[in-house]
Amino acid sequence: MSKNKIPIGPFHPLLEEAEYFELTVDGETVVDIDLEIGWMHRGHEFISEQKSFTQSIYLVERICGICSTSHPLACVHAVEDIDNIDIPLRARYIRTLVGELERIHSHLLWLGLAGHFIGYDTLWMWAWKYREPVLRMCEIVSGNRNHYGIMRVGGVAKDVDTGAIPDLMKNLDMIDSKIVMVANAAKDDPVLKARLKGVGVLSYEDAIAYCATGPTSRASGVPSDIRRDDPTDAYDLVDFDVIVASNGDVYDKLVVRLLETIESTKIIRQCIEKLKTVKGPILNNVKEISPGEGIGRYEAPRGEVFHYMRSDGTNRPIRHKVRAPSYVNIPTYSASCKGISVSDALITLAAVDPCYCCTERSLKIKDIKKNKCSFNLLDLSRSKTKRIRRKFNGNK
Amino acid sequence: MGWYNKRLAKSLWVFHVSGSPCNNCDIEILDLLTPKYDVERLGIKLVGSVRQADVLLVTGVFNNKVAPKIKKLYEQAPKPVFVVAVGTCPASGCTFKDSYNTVEKREDVIPIDMYIPGCPPKPEAMIEAVAKLIGVLNG
Repeated sequence: MSKNKIPIGPFHPLLEEAEYFELTVDGETVVDIDLEIGWMHRGHEFISEQKSFTQSIYLVERICGICSTSHPLACVHAVEDIDNIDIPLRARYIRTLVGELERIHSHLLWLGLAGHFIGYDTLWMWAWKYREPVLRMCEIVSGNRNHYGIMRVGGVAKDVDTGAIPDLMKNLDMIDSKIVMVANAAKDDPVLKARLKGVGVLSYEDAIAYCATGPTSRASGVPSDIRRDDPTDAYDLVDFDVIVASNGDVYDKLVVRLLETIESTKIIRQCIEKLKTVKGPILNNVKEISPGEGIGRYEAPRGEVFHYMRSDGTNRPIRHKVRAPSYVNIPTYSASCKGISVSDALITLAAVDPCYCCTERSLKIKDIKKNKCSFNLLDLSRSKTKRIRRKFNGNK
Repeated sequence: MGWYNKRLAKSLWVFHVSGSPCNNCDIEILDLLTPKYDVERLGIKLVGSVRQADVLLVTGVFNNKVAPKIKKLYEQAPKPVFVVAVGTCPASGCTFKDSYNTVEKREDVIPIDMYIPGCPPKPEAMIEAVAKLIGVLNG
């Protein structure tokens, strides 16, 4: 049979961001998938290297509007790793609190969009309705609904007011009951079960082979979680479970995310309880960063986010590298999408909760058809001259 | 075109164009449709095709790859079409002014009629902007 190609994007009603997929289909079965990215590339790493360490935090916040705690948090961990800077205990709880609030709103956002993609708009409206109190809590804690601007090297910028705690608790109680209700309704829904079970399966072996992270890997039975494996901030001081499922299909990814949301509300409750008793400073004053390099990791809602910073003793990083979770999760499409029907393709693509804004850090354009050699002769020739010149100058 | 604009203002159909944003304004736009803000009560509907759109909601600094596509989208939209720029990015370039991959002026790519500042703007601000647009269309 002849194989046809279905182009999706770059501006497609179902895609939140501009991206381009090309599905190769045989009849109704997806045979292959290709992805073209680069529509979101804004050159964050380059800009960050021209800014000071504090300005970099605001910049990496704008990598992605949904992970606007994860990136700054990994970034400040990287800077703190250079000098082994201590963080006050109260600041650690506030960081964890904001991080978990972000996880809840990101997971609920995904749940809503997933419902929207499979034509279940009631789920969309529900999930987003109960996401509003979470954003309200974010507003109470940080002053903004989305970009929080609360992280600093050595602590946090804004303290949680004691007077705000009853309001936080009230909102949290509301979220808690509603999330359990939505989770039970979504888990037990016979239509959702029939629609999502056995769709887009990512096996345990594939999850390891593709180095999947976050809920994508946990749904396939790989129990990896940076919060437990490499605890930072207050994660070693609070109790929580790592949710692991075994089937690796879209339904398990949904269940993992829903149960994680409930775990997050538990963490937030513990953090707020601690904030009542733990008093003290929230920011260690960091005067300068010594030369060196550091790494920072954090479990973003989508998986592990990794930042690398190198300092030469001045007030700005000379190298800043970002690796977002979607960078490793997106290639799992080639394992999970093959052999499914076209109607299941979209929900499978959405199931890893891809974030292209996070992913597109470097841009390399190569035309494989025209230029089969992977190197450029001109560059090779010039770099040889450069090497020889360096040798001569060194000898002088 | 006064008579036409007045009829248009009764129910604005919007199309969302993301020109390399950070997703935040886009999420807030979707937030407008959900129960808390629910702009459908004002007759505003998010449509799937640019050919049905009366208003383009544009977010983000346009990078060099996406800018020609946005120009093409604008050309495909039936005129009159109003372009509302959501967020600080299309207005001033936000923190991405120094980047090597963004266009210098968004106005060179498509004409922009209205700006909503904020990073991201609150949904209330977006509703106010749309209400103002409806007021202008009614004359």
